[in-house]
Amino acid sequence: MTSIPLGDGAARHGDGSTLAPVIAVERLVKDYGSIRAVDDVSFAVRQGEIFGFLGPNGAGKTTTISILCTLLRPTSGQVRVGGHDVTRDRNRVRHSIGLVFQEPALDLKLTAEENLYLHARLYGVTGSEYARRLREVLELVELWDRRRDKVETYSGGMKRRLEIARGLIHYPKVLFLDEPTLGLDPQTRNHLWAYVLRLKQEKEMTIFLTTHYMNEAEYCDRIGVIDHGRLVTLDTPARLKEGVGGDVILLRSRSPADAVIRELGQKLGLRAAADGDAVRLEIQDADRRVPEIVRALSVGVDAIEVRKPTLEDVFLKLTGHALRDVPGSGERVSPMVRAMRGHR
Amino acid sequence: MKGELRGLFVLWQREMLRYARNRTRIVTSLFQPLLFLVIFGSGLRQSLSGQGVGGDFLRFMYPGIVAMGIMGMAMTSAISVVWDREFGFLKEILVAPVSRTTIALGKAVGGTSTALVQAVLLLVLAPFIGIRLTPGHLAALLGLGAMLSFAVSGLGLLIASRMRSVESFGLVMQFVLFPMFFLSGAFFPLQRAPVWMQLLTRVNPLAYGVDAFRGVLLGAHSPALVQSIPLNVAWLVGFSCLFMTLAVWQFQRMD
Repeated sequence: MTSIPLGDGAARHGDGSTLAPVIAVERLVKDYGSIRAVDDVSFAVRQGEIFGFLGPNGAGKTTTISILCTLLRPTSGQVRVGGHDVTRDRNRVRHSIGLVFQEPALDLKLTAEENLYLHARLYGVTGSEYARRLREVLELVELWDRRRDKVETYSGGMKRRLEIARGLIHYPKVLFLDEPTLGLDPQTRNHLWAYVLRLKQEKEMTIFLTTHYMNEAEYCDRIGVIDHGRLVTLDTPARLKEGVGGDVILLRSRSPADAVIRELGQKLGLRAAADGDAVRLEIQDADRRVPEIVRALSVGVDAIEVRKPTLEDVFLKLTGHALRDVPGSGERVSPMVRAMRGHR
Repeated sequence: MKGELRGLFVLWQREMLRYARNRTRIVTSLFQPLLFLVIFGSGLRQSLSGQGVGGDFLRFMYPGIVAMGIMGMAMTSAISVVWDREFGFLKEILVAPVSRTTIALGKAVGGTSTALVQAVLLLVLAPFIGIRLTPGHLAALLGLGAMLSFAVSGLGLLIASRMRSVESFGLVMQFVLFPMFFLSGAFFPLQRAPVWMQLLTRVNPLAYGVDAFRGVLLGAHSPALVQSIPLNVAWLVGFSCLFMTLAVWQFQRMD
């Protein structure tokens, strides 16, 4: 499946349509020895967009973000960030980006203010401009009152917020967030998202993030789904979900799953598949068709669940396997089924 | 260029901030050289003073102890890059708009500065050992100390850029730092040492540092390795260039 670099989702950002993209990636490849971590990936991100990379761990998300941030050199392909080439013009790219890493990258022995001071100086922000921005970014993440405390006394959520403040103090064109909420509790996670959405609104900042949390991907204007180093699709969350092919029905029965699947196929012409201890099918207008399905089946139905498609369903549909190690996701796939699905 | 100089200054500032913040480190790093001075110096003073060491053993040992203190400080500062990697801060520096050369130099200049503070703290002891310090001495020692710690910083950065985990820090102490201490001529005169040992001391930057310090503090009457301070300077500058070049080269390959 080939992706369209600028999906329709970008058009919503009205007047920016004639601007060159803030991030332009063409045929990016990254090899580690004989392993291809990123495989012919192309996409573009418009100004003011929240762009998400969604995929399981090891799919190539962090590798891609590292290349965009000049931390890794691509094997081949062209990557421009803020109008500058990431291999030829590294310092210009570095000036135009802010980064929040997966692992905290703060000097714990120094205070929050000192961390920001060093960062601002490195990026050439000094004097009264620095003082003004220091207050601005620290108030944004609600750490102004704690600025004189050593970072080692901070909680995980506070550190992440401080990193966001640091990533913003030099007014980057693009803010990169690599799994920004990994390891944070749900409350902090929601808090953090509130900041990100505020940034988008108030500063029209472009935000590029990676995540393997489906519910986070929902916040994005557009999502690129990445799996095994390949960009599988790229669109708005709403359109991706439309692509699933209707609503999702999960049937539970005491009878063997393959018997249920066979019957659904023979009597109603529906294509179903085993999903853990349930049988799963995707159809339009599921609410109305449930009675018909239950009537048609000779086997007893214990439980039936109808829901709107989630991005988890999108991922499953596109890649043939579920996102791995996603806590609290609806997917319950036995190792056996997962192994079979893994073969493509 | 202006950006790089600014970057160098910021990286130096960070080292200074961290040094000032960490009082335990200041105390513990003084402890080791003083331990050697007090225990070996006092213990061996009666038996070893005399012709071989050019008089009083404590006086003989003292310049070497100062050089050793400088080296220890420069080495631990440089190796702290590994901690920066472990705790993530290295990434923050690597994506900053400064070159890798500047990053390595900033670290070396920062380490050198802290090492010189260390030297001053150790030089306060001079009068108690019976050595008179003139401002001229002090200036010469700080200049030589800067060259020594720059060379050692280069070596430390080179090692750190190849080290992947904090755990190997102990290995570096055992296999690099201690042999360099013991083969530096700080504890015994090198002229009467076996030939293989003399050869090893010739490739030890600290040996030239100790030699130069002794030349400044004790004059020409002490046993020496090369007996000429300009020659010591040449060796130290040579080591600095070699190690810093290799370290910068390694930093440029770092992801």
